[in-house]
Amino acid sequence: MKKRYRFKLLIVALVILSPLILVFSAVESAPEPVKYGRDVLPILANNCFACHGPDEKNRKAGLRLDIEEAAKAKRRSGVAVLPGQPEKSLILERITSSEPEMVMPPPATHKQVTPEQVAILRRWIAEGAPWGRHWSFEPVVRPTLAAGGRRQPIDVLVTAGLARKGLVLQPAASPPTLVRRLWLDLIGLPPAPEVADRFAANPTPEAWERMVDDLLARPQFGEHWARMWLDLARYADTKGYEKDVGRTIWPWRDWVVTVLNADMPLDRFTIEQLAGDLLPSPTEAQVIATAFHRNTMTNDEGGTDNEEFRVAAVKDRIDTTMQVWMGLTMGCAKCHTHKYDPISHREYYSFYSLFNQTEDADRYDDSPTMEMLTPAEKAERERLQARIGELNGRLKAFPEPPAEADGWRAGRVEAVTSRYGSKTEQQADGATLVSGPNPPEEIHVVTMVPAPGMIRAVRLELLTEALPDGQLAVGRQGNSNLTLSEVLIEALDGDLVRPVAIGRARADHAEEKWPVAAAIDGDEKTGWAIESHTHEPHTAIFDLATPLTVAAGQKLRVTLSQVRGDNSSPRRFRVTTSDQDPASLALPIIPGELRRLYDDLDAAYEAQKNFSEQIVRLPIMRELATDKRRETKIHVRGNFLDPGEAVTPGTPAAFHSLPAGAPANRLGVAQWLVDRENPLTPRVWANRVWARLFGVGIVETEEDFGAQGSAPTNQELLDWLAAEYRDGGWSLKRLIRAIVLSDTYRQSSVTTEALRETDPRNLLHSRGSRFRLGAEVVRDQALAVAGLISLKMGGPPVMPPQPAGLWRTTYNRKKWIDSTGEDRFRRGIYTYLKRTTPYPSMVTFDGGSGEVCQIRRLRTNTPLQALVTLNDPVFLEAAGGLARRMVQSSSRPAARAATGLRLALIRPLRPGEAAALVALQRDAERSFVTDPGKADELISSARVEVPAGTGRAAFAAWIVVANAILNLDEFLSRV
Amino acid sequence: MKNNHESLREITRRHFFERAGLGFGALALQSLLGRDGAMAQTGNPLTPKPPMIAPKAKRIIYLHMAGSPSQLELFQYKPELEKLHLRECPPSFLEGKRFAFIKGVPKILANQFRFARHGESGQWISELLPHFAKVVDKVCLIHTVSTDQFNHAPAQLFIHTGSPRLGNPAMGSWVTYGLGSENENLPGFVVLLSGGKTPDGGKSLWGSGFLPSDYQGVQCRTEGDPVLYLSNPPGLDRNLRRRTLDTLASLNREEYRRSGDNETLTRIAQYELAYRMQISVPEAMDITREPQHILDLYGARPGYVSAAESADDPRILYKGDDPTFANNCLLARRLIEHGVRFVQLYDWGWDHHGSSPGESLDETLPIKCKQIDRAIAGLLIDLEQRGLLDETLVVWGGEFGRTPMMQNNVRTELRRGFVGRDHHTNAYTMWLAGGGIKRGISYGATDEFGYFPVENPVSIRDLQATIQHLVGLDPYRFSYPYQGLNNRLIGPTEEGRVLKGIIA
Repeated sequence: MKKRYRFKLLIVALVILSPLILVFSAVESAPEPVKYGRDVLPILANNCFACHGPDEKNRKAGLRLDIEEAAKAKRRSGVAVLPGQPEKSLILERITSSEPEMVMPPPATHKQVTPEQVAILRRWIAEGAPWGRHWSFEPVVRPTLAAGGRRQPIDVLVTAGLARKGLVLQPAASPPTLVRRLWLDLIGLPPAPEVADRFAANPTPEAWERMVDDLLARPQFGEHWARMWLDLARYADTKGYEKDVGRTIWPWRDWVVTVLNADMPLDRFTIEQLAGDLLPSPTEAQVIATAFHRNTMTNDEGGTDNEEFRVAAVKDRIDTTMQVWMGLTMGCAKCHTHKYDPISHREYYSFYSLFNQTEDADRYDDSPTMEMLTPAEKAERERLQARIGELNGRLKAFPEPPAEADGWRAGRVEAVTSRYGSKTEQQADGATLVSGPNPPEEIHVVTMVPAPGMIRAVRLELLTEALPDGQLAVGRQGNSNLTLSEVLIEALDGDLVRPVAIGRARADHAEEKWPVAAAIDGDEKTGWAIESHTHEPHTAIFDLATPLTVAAGQKLRVTLSQVRGDNSSPRRFRVTTSDQDPASLALPIIPGELRRLYDDLDAAYEAQKNFSEQIVRLPIMRELATDKRRETKIHVRGNFLDPGEAVTPGTPAAFHSLPAGAPANRLGVAQWLVDRENPLTPRVWANRVWARLFGVGIVETEEDFGAQGSAPTNQELLDWLAAEYRDGGWSLKRLIRAIVLSDTYRQSSVTTEALRETDPRNLLHSRGSRFRLGAEVVRDQALAVAGLISLKMGGPPVMPPQPAGLWRTTYNRKKWIDSTGEDRFRRGIYTYLKRTTPYPSMVTFDGGSGEVCQIRRLRTNTPLQALVTLNDPVFLEAAGGLARRMVQSSSRPAARAATGLRLALIRPLRPGEAAALVALQRDAERSFVTDPGKADELISSARVEVPAGTGRAAFAAWIVVANAILNLDEFLSRV
Repeated sequence: MKNNHESLREITRRHFFERAGLGFGALALQSLLGRDGAMAQTGNPLTPKPPMIAPKAKRIIYLHMAGSPSQLELFQYKPELEKLHLRECPPSFLEGKRFAFIKGVPKILANQFRFARHGESGQWISELLPHFAKVVDKVCLIHTVSTDQFNHAPAQLFIHTGSPRLGNPAMGSWVTYGLGSENENLPGFVVLLSGGKTPDGGKSLWGSGFLPSDYQGVQCRTEGDPVLYLSNPPGLDRNLRRRTLDTLASLNREEYRRSGDNETLTRIAQYELAYRMQISVPEAMDITREPQHILDLYGARPGYVSAAESADDPRILYKGDDPTFANNCLLARRLIEHGVRFVQLYDWGWDHHGSSPGESLDETLPIKCKQIDRAIAGLLIDLEQRGLLDETLVVWGGEFGRTPMMQNNVRTELRRGFVGRDHHTNAYTMWLAGGGIKRGISYGATDEFGYFPVENPVSIRDLQATIQHLVGLDPYRFSYPYQGLNNRLIGPTEEGRVLKGIIA
């Protein structure tokens, strides 16, 4: 136990020696001059640019303040910004005016420049009004640090920031606390107490470094850090909107985990996801990567305009791309020129046009997709295909029966009309082939001149027709189903139409509840249906009630109606008549060999269908063929139905231009984003990584590095990190390693009144950060300390228990079925995420729904969170597991309590902690002894086996204790 | 009003102050903190906050009929349709229009039910709403609501979150963010569902979007736990829960003493609130406490579990006497009485296209009307007799209206069980009642077909602005900075107007 202080002492020693550090710290001069980008621009942007900025439609008085020449230009009334002469600068005169008509910004805008801001503007003009750009658009400059320092650059820069406020770094947290912090931050799982003990025994910088490297190399690293990327990529397992049906996109999620573990450099990570398909001969993995931008939602609601939602998806890709890499919001420029950042309405659509050339179009099947076949599946598919080919080949030995045989006569078809737009054509064998559109309902009217003489029966043959893939089908519906709601036979004699009564109808095959008799009952809601054996011809015979004599010039009209409304009309049919006694007319008898062949074919098609249904099809990006490219026009006021001028593809002019040789497509955009000239990508990403490790970014508004975002609390630090990341081969692991090796990261998070006064939100890093764990980590940690967690990686999402009745989405029958076995205990990243009904405990802990790009999760602290960790069966099951580990660790209550606390908190116990839990256990046991039924209930709902030798009341009481431990503030926090 | 830069600082401060525990000396800063100031004192984001302008109503009950009921079968009597019944509609109806399902030139469909004038105000109400007809003098009917979304999910999102796309806060979230809640033991924004399905827009309709998740709607369920995970695990009774929380609090206080993190104090307070909610929520949700005459007033039946509630297709199981919606109306009154700020009801099953069984005007609409008619009238009467109607705003409506033409994509002939209308965005009827609303008036008028507004058109933005105005939130100034914009429920433009003509 004593040893754990050694590390602390070491750090304390370093801090005591801190005067040395000053030698190496960043240069700090007395009154810092005003910086345009940092100090002035935010004031102008927020108060002035809406009317005096880039947006020319709303520009007032022809004055621009966002451009140096314009702001300093001589105007009729004077000069807005006159360098060196604040008193003669109109801008100050107007801002400080006390007259309502004169004061700027006008009162109606509800904006006001504060006295401090006026002072800044005054100083800036007095200092000569030097111009510049918004800080984040300026190149990244690696701060020069005095050479020879022993301290990490991060610590030097943080210390410099602290020194301005008279603060210093805090000593390191205790070794066990540090170990827990590092594990939770790097892999999202808690260490075993023994791991912390080993480190505490020898808390050297080398041991720390070894632990860092060990964790970075674990596969759980990729799972934990993928979560950040999945939020940004708006990953979900469903398509969103009204129906919100499932989508198979988890192979992309697995790709993310894999490449994070392999430490794929950010430039490749970017290029492959945005444009992997456009790389020369892309690998399968590079195409999988493009599913990134297929995480957009698809609207399957009936009656929606697919183009509307295709456009919405493309715009979502623009918004996401700009936010994720550039930290800029482009959303406003959809409708009008951005009022604060330099992106015009036209430039938005130029950029849009780069993304507007992909094949996807809000289709139900999410095409284009890539089939993800395992080698075994590939072989199986070929086997099934070969089998069908072989059976179809054998079928050729059995030609279709002729029209005239066995007493049936063909007559001559005069016309076939189709009411709802199908096309028909007559074939030589007297059959009618249907083609063209396939409306939901169809009514075919066949007018024919029958063979002369008597008609005593009418035969309807439903014949097969080969589909493009060689499959034979009787019905026009996708699955070849066929329905006839009513069959009507009429005799035509000039203008006279007489219905012909049918005495009896029979057919060789019909579905249950859909007999052929239902097709002559006059009720359109019933009918004759064929939904099995759909790959072979079928026959119905209609015996006339009384024989019909057909005189010369008389015709027969047969109406075949399908009003079921499900597109199940016939594909090919033939009507013949007979003058023979119906009793002698038999339905065709299929020879045994042919019957077997048909049955085999049905089975083969069924097997192929089943196989095809379970194939994983991953939505991917694919560029349209050159001749199908879309022309992009401005959407006036953002409305895609109101096209304006056409635009040419390009990136916004205010930023660096496309790198030399970069193509004007998605690949070019990707190269542009990771180009060395781009200051935003490295800053935005470095800030993001920092925020994940410290709870808040150096730029707090991670989503907005534009004029309206918050300023960096320490720009030198941010730029050092950005330069380090970019110049260090874009290695995420290297960046994380540099951060967690710093003293800044390892500080104790203990807060004092004084620190709270000076650095209330710890934005200067005057102490270690302490914040609540993310939704997935809250879950994973509880399962881990319970000894329940499964570390199985990858594959389809799983369904851990959730309360019944949550999924009631319109027109979507997919059910939540609790996973069994280890899938109940998989890491949170694998929990099925349905956009309209996300997993409830995750949402309660601020997890997202994957609907739109989520740059950061705002942390809340709510009573509903308490209810989850207290009462959710998942957490109760975890309490059961933890209780078992506690009870099995010792027979002494105090030792059991200590085990539970150490498993959860890792650090050594404080005085009185174990005793408080032992007292709770004792009281709980007493109440369970008086009511043993309750002990049984609790044990069974915790789904845990009572360890041998322990009484049920006693064990139930330990579950109560474990439940308390899993709700400790310290357990739910990373400290 | 603070400027943007201050707002940004404020978000930044908010993370600290809204969590800051008891005893923190933030009082002096309160004036700087605006909407977020009040919570600084208590650590509870739902602490009541003063309105921005003089309010006319304190609370809202919003009854949304998901799928969109036909205004032409309920509120808009149009004899002209009868004259042109089953004739092709005028081409002006089709020019430049997009429909969800209508193809080609559809036929005009007459009012399918009888209409009569009711109340002193003499408003036209159809025979399908006999109880509502008796309270029509308490209500303001708006006949000219228009939207620009013609599919369910986007249109529902538009009316409730101000954007047809996902990711924006619900009206209820805005209102509770702006005003807090009057009962610290209940959620401020409660959602109740009936009709067997979640509305098309899904849970995003009561999501908090970019606002902190403290303000998201809490779906209270009438089966199982009223709030998810509210019940203690089986076998762990309330005494033992109390005992556990005491131990937990003592250990957490010790942690606070050492770490000094105010979040820890907030967490202790939130666990206590959770404990109180375990009693207060089931109590508020327990309609068996209501006397029989009140149950009868609404047509409520406690404990009834409708077969439609768990069916794959609930529509074919609809029965006129299904009391699920009525139970929810009574619950809404109870929750309002307990100080809940915003109660949102969604009733699914109002999409009467006539294209399949269970979604027709002639067969299904009368059943749905039976389910709600007595309940909505009962709600208004009950609120009034308790003196709550004056301070409670009640809103009723769908996400759009239905066309004067019959839908024709599947059938072109009129047949029993298949009478339907498509989605209509140009003009439809909603009604408001209670706090601040004129009684017994009709606002806005449509042409003789009920197709276009001819007087006082009302946009979704207008409605949103008006609702916010009525509860004391200035719709133009009430905003939240996110992603570089001062986001508002009424959107970025100034087109939304407060409808002075309906305000008493």
